[in-house]
Amino acid sequence: MTDPGADPSTADWPLYEVFIRSRSGLEHKHAGSLHAADARMAIEHARDVYTRRQEGVSIWVVRSADIVASDPGESDALFEPARDKVYRHPTFYAIPDEVKNL
Amino acid sequence: MYTQALDVHGREPVPAPGADATATAARFEARVDADDKIEPKDWMPEAYRQTLIRQISQHAHSEIVGMLPEGNWITRAPSLRRKAVLMAKVQDEGGHGMYLYSAAETLGISRAQMFEQLLSGAAKYSSIFNYPTLTWADVGAIGWLVDGAAIMNQIPICRCSYGPYARAMVRICKEESFHQRQGFEIMLTLARGSEAQCAMAQDALNRWWWPSIMMFGPSDADSRHTAQSMRWKIKRFTNDELRQKFIDVTVPQAQFLGLTIPDPALRWDEATQHFVIGPIDWAEFHAVLKGNGPCNRERLEARRAAYRAGAWVREAAAAHAAKQAARERARRQA
Repeated sequence: MTDPGADPSTADWPLYEVFIRSRSGLEHKHAGSLHAADARMAIEHARDVYTRRQEGVSIWVVRSADIVASDPGESDALFEPARDKVYRHPTFYAIPDEVKNL
Repeated sequence: MYTQALDVHGREPVPAPGADATATAARFEARVDADDKIEPKDWMPEAYRQTLIRQISQHAHSEIVGMLPEGNWITRAPSLRRKAVLMAKVQDEGGHGMYLYSAAETLGISRAQMFEQLLSGAAKYSSIFNYPTLTWADVGAIGWLVDGAAIMNQIPICRCSYGPYARAMVRICKEESFHQRQGFEIMLTLARGSEAQCAMAQDALNRWWWPSIMMFGPSDADSRHTAQSMRWKIKRFTNDELRQKFIDVTVPQAQFLGLTIPDPALRWDEATQHFVIGPIDWAEFHAVLKGNGPCNRERLEARRAAYRAGAWVREAAAAHAAKQAARERARRQA
């Protein structure tokens, strides 16, 4: 329903992004999106569309319009600061083989 | 399936200006060549976007219309088990349509526009669903042959260059394999049954074989979109390559069932190690595609009736959501 004056029988319902926790102890992961009239309907639709085979124990839905994303055109600049910092990884450090438990 | 509505800091990406345009296009080609995935907010050539919108929406419509021929047998399935399985399969097809509509929407077409294209008859969907399901064996033949052909088509699309389409296909392919197996199981049960049941299975194979072969689309020589789609890695194999793969795996399955493929010219070619089929009746394929198959009008009318009958539900849901939102606002102000 991007156009508030549109006919409610033909206009699209708002878009929701669906996040699903597949097992207790794991994080919610993006599963897909769907249209629903409100958040409650979005949860019910998410159950039918994304968990027909017990794929989840918990569902989050969020209005797609409320998500702010980084700009793919600026991703080089955005992620550049981490590029030359290999010393943040343990494999950067050479340790003699005889030394154990490091 | 990231969505079109995802906001990049409240603005649309600026189209590349003149001099940079070639560089942007070259960067796109390089990413596709490197098997990198293209995502909704990335720059893409307009023709790539339109090709994907056409292909993904046609695919979505096919899933939705595909619910009709099988839905025809839900109330008449021969046992409770068969009925539960068939309902689960038809629900899956509906779900697959939803995944695909979502993927298409990331390219800038709305769900309402796609419904409009389907209901007006402007959009195409797979020609196979314009054939009738006359007996219970047809449900078996559809699962075995139609879903089998669909899987053959769809597995390479899991590696498609467009991220949302590829991800939708991964999910769909995981779910499809039960569809094909349940179909084969129905055929096997009939083939091992009474003489009448065997005849019913053979009759279904006779009617579904050629339409299934045609599901792969026109032969490579006549396919308008293949070359460009292959360059863009939307397609990984040509129509004829996929068709041949399907024939090679399916003929031995028919032999196992003790059924005869309705093609007197069918033979094994020792030199190429492939089965060779007789000529395909392309006139039939084009007639069905143009709207003159046995069930084209019936299928579209069924979708239109469902859409009309759902109008009050959509209105009521919108009214209910508005009422709940108003109450929520009032509660906050109190």
